[in-house]
Amino acid sequence: MSTTTIPPVTAELEWNLPSRGQVAMYSLITAEAAIFTIFVVAYLFYMGKSLSGPMPSEVLTPPILYAVCLLSSSLTIHFAGKNLRDGNVRRFGAWWLLTIALGAIFLYGTASEWHRLIYKDGLTITTNLFGTTYYSLVGLHGFHVVMGLLGLTTVMVFTIFGMVQREHAERIDVLSLYWHFVDAVWVVVFTVVYVIGR
Amino acid sequence: MSTESIAWPSTAAGSRSFVETLHEWVTTVDHKRLGILYIIYALVFLVIGGIEATVIRIQLIRPHNDFVSPQVFNRLFTMHGTTMIFFVVMPVLFGFANYLIPLMIGARDMAFPRLNAFSFWMTAFGGLFLYFSVVGANGLYGAGNAPDVGWFAYAPLTSQTFSLGHSTDFWTLALLVSGFGSIGTAINIVATVLCMRCPGMTLAKMPLFAWLNLVMAGLVILAVSPLTAAQIMLLVDRYLGGHFFDTQAGGSAVIWMHFFWIFGHPEVYVLVLPAFAFASEIIPVFSRKPIFGYPVMVGATVAIGFISMSVWAHHMFTVGMGAAANTFFVISTMAIAVPTGIKIFNWLATMWGGKIEFKTPMLFCIAFLFQFLIAGLTGVMLGAAPFDWQLGNSYFVVAHFHYVIVGGIMFTLFGAFYYWFPKMSGKMYSETLGKLHFWLFVIGFHLTFDFMHIPGILGMPRRIYTYEPGRGWDTWNLIVTIGVFFQAAGILVFLGNLIWSYFRGELADNDPWDAWTLEWSAHSPPPAYNFALIPTVKSRRPLWDLKHPDDPDWKYE
Ligand code: HEM
Ligand SMILES: [Cu+2]
Repeated sequence: MSTTTIPPVTAELEWNLPSRGQVAMYSLITAEAAIFTIFVVAYLFYMGKSLSGPMPSEVLTPPILYAVCLLSSSLTIHFAGKNLRDGNVRRFGAWWLLTIALGAIFLYGTASEWHRLIYKDGLTITTNLFGTTYYSLVGLHGFHVVMGLLGLTTVMVFTIFGMVQREHAERIDVLSLYWHFVDAVWVVVFTVVYVIGR
Repeated sequence: MSTESIAWPSTAAGSRSFVETLHEWVTTVDHKRLGILYIIYALVFLVIGGIEATVIRIQLIRPHNDFVSPQVFNRLFTMHGTTMIFFVVMPVLFGFANYLIPLMIGARDMAFPRLNAFSFWMTAFGGLFLYFSVVGANGLYGAGNAPDVGWFAYAPLTSQTFSLGHSTDFWTLALLVSGFGSIGTAINIVATVLCMRCPGMTLAKMPLFAWLNLVMAGLVILAVSPLTAAQIMLLVDRYLGGHFFDTQAGGSAVIWMHFFWIFGHPEVYVLVLPAFAFASEIIPVFSRKPIFGYPVMVGATVAIGFISMSVWAHHMFTVGMGAAANTFFVISTMAIAVPTGIKIFNWLATMWGGKIEFKTPMLFCIAFLFQFLIAGLTGVMLGAAPFDWQLGNSYFVVAHFHYVIVGGIMFTLFGAFYYWFPKMSGKMYSETLGKLHFWLFVIGFHLTFDFMHIPGILGMPRRIYTYEPGRGWDTWNLIVTIGVFFQAAGILVFLGNLIWSYFRGELADNDPWDAWTLEWSAHSPPPAYNFALIPTVKSRRPLWDLKHPDDPDWKYE
C-alpha cells in the first residue's frame, strides 16, 4: 500500500452526471422496444397469409374509445407528476388514481374484445396465423399494461398511506416514463393491427 | 495507495462459520463478489462444455467410430454450443465487467447492486435449468432428454411434431431466463458507465475497457431482446398451438432464422468487444506505451456496434434470399471488417517501438492479434456469398468461428485472468505455469483449428455423426482431435494455477504491473467500499499522472 495516492475531490470541479434511474429506464424501454419490433415485424410479415378464416377485416373493429382512454392516461400521469413536484400530494393522488382507472378501462376493452372474438367469432390463437400473431402482439402489449398498472397501484398504495412526498418526484417520473412508453407502443400496435392490418 | 482505509466489520475472516460465509456470498450485492460468482460459475460450465467438446472430437477421431450414439452426438453439439456461448463466455465477460468497471471509473459499486444480484441469479438459474433437462426432460414420451436441435434451433426441428418431450422447452426457457439476466446486467452496465464516473472522468477520459463494455451492453440490449421475442413465439407455438414457425399453417421457418441471427450476429460482437477491452488494457501496459489512437478506437467500437446490426443474414446465404438481399449483406459484412481492421492496426501501433514485456497476459494478447486477424479473414471469405454457397455449413465455418471465439476471445480472456488475478485474489499467479498453459494452448489451438479448415474445404459437413473412410478427411480429423488434448491439458494447468496460486501464491502488490488505471490504486483485493476516498482524475492515465507529477498526461491530452 505504498506506491500511489489519489488526491481527494477538489472543490472547483463541477461534476454533473445523468440520473441513473432515467438512464436505466430508457435502456429498459429500448430493450422492450426491440421485443415489440420483432412481434410487429412478425405481424406485418404474416398479414394476409392465413390459410383459413376468420380474417381481420371480418372481425376487427378499431377500439377507438379505449385507445382514447389509454392515450389520455399519458396526460393524467403527466399532471400527477407536475403536482407532486409542486408538493401537492393530494392532487397528485387524484390524478394518479385517474390514470389507473383509465388503464383499467383499457384492459377491460381488450378483455371484452377477446371475449367477443373467442366466443362469437371463433378466433383463438390456434385458429390461423392471424389469431397467432394478433393475440401475441395485443397480448404482449396488454401484459405491459398490466405490469404498468401493478407499478402504478403500488405507488397509489404508498400514497394512501402518506409515504409519497415531493422528494419522490424523480422516482415517480421514472415510472411515468414507462407508462408513456406503454401508451406509445399502443399507437404502433393500433396502427399495425387496426389500420394497416385490416 | 490511499493508506486511509475505513474500519470494516468483516475483516476477521477466519472466525466465520461455513454457513455464514455461504450466506454472505449468496446474499451479496457487492459488484466484486458478484463478478467473482459470475467468473466461477462460468469456469464450472467451461469444464462441462469442454468435456462435451472432447467427447464430440473423440467420436470424430476416425471414420465409422461409435464412441457415442447418434442421438447422444446431437445432444452433445447442441449442449456444447449453447453452454459455451450463453453460460461460459457471456457470464465470464459479465463477471469481468462487473468486477472492473466500478473500480476503473472510481465508483463504489454498480448503479443498481440489487439488480446486479438478480441478474446473476437469473443467469445461474438458466444454466442449471438447461442441465436439469438431462434428468427432467424425459417426460412421458421417452423421447430423449437433453436438447438436440442445435444451438440455433432451426424450425421446424423445434415443433412439437419433431421434438417430442420437453427437451426443446428446456432449451427455450433456459435461454429466456438467462436472457432476462443478460438484459438486466446490460442495463446496469450502461447506467454505471454513464452515471457513476468519478469527478473529472469525462467520457473521453474513460479507460477503453469502460467504453467497449458500454457498447457491448448497448448491443446486449438491442440483440438479446429479439431473441427473447423469438423464444416467446416458440413457446406460443409449442404450448398454445400457435403457428409462427409452423409451415403447415402458412408459418415460416425462414423467419425464425432471421430472428435468431438478428440476435446471433450482434451476439458475436457482444462476445468479442469485451475481448477487445482486455487487449486494450493489457497491450499498452506491457508495451509501456499509452494506447495508440484512443479516439479512433472509440469511434471504431461504436461503428462496429452499429454495423454489426445490419449483417445478420450472412448466416443465411445458402437459404436463397435473392440477389438484392445477398448483395446487401455481402457489402455490410465486408464493411464491418474495416473498423475491426483499424483496431488491429491500433494495437500493433501501440506495441510498435514499445518496451514489450512478455509476461503471460501479454503473450495471450499477442497470439490473439495473429489469430483474430486470420479468423477475420476467413470471415470475409465466408462473407462473399458465392464462396459461402460452397462452404456454408461445412467444417470451414466451424473452423472460422472457433478461430474467433477460441483464438480471439478465449485467448484475451486467459490474458485477462492472469492480468487481474493479483487484483482479485491478492496473490500472484505462477508465471511458469502461466507460460506452460500458454504454450500448451497455442499448440493445441493451432493443431485443432488450423487443420479443421481443410476437411471443410474438402466438403466435410458440420454436425455429422460419422463419415466414410477414404474421402481425404481421415488424417485431418485425427490431427484435429489430437489438438484437443493439448488444449484440455492447458485448461487443467490454468485451473491448477488459479487454485494453487490462490492458496499458496506470493502476496501481490497493489500495482504489480506498474499500470495506469484506477483499479490498481485500490488495495489487492479491494475492500468492499473500493476507495476510501472517491478519486478525481484529470487524464486517461490517472496513475501515470500520480507517479510522474513532473510530466503528467493531462498536459497533452
Ligand atoms: C468478431 C468475432 C466473430 C465471431 C465471434 C464470429 C462468430 C461466428 C459464429 C459463431 C458463426 C457460426 C454460426 C453458426 O453457424 O453456428 C460465424 C459464421 C460466420 N461468420 Fe463470423 N464471427 C466473427 C467475425 C466475423 C467477421 C469479421 C466476419 C466477416 C467480415 C464474419 C463472417 C461470418 C460469416 C459470413 C459466417 C457464416 C458462415 C456460414 O454459416 O456459412 N465473422 N461467425
Ligand atoms: Cu455473423
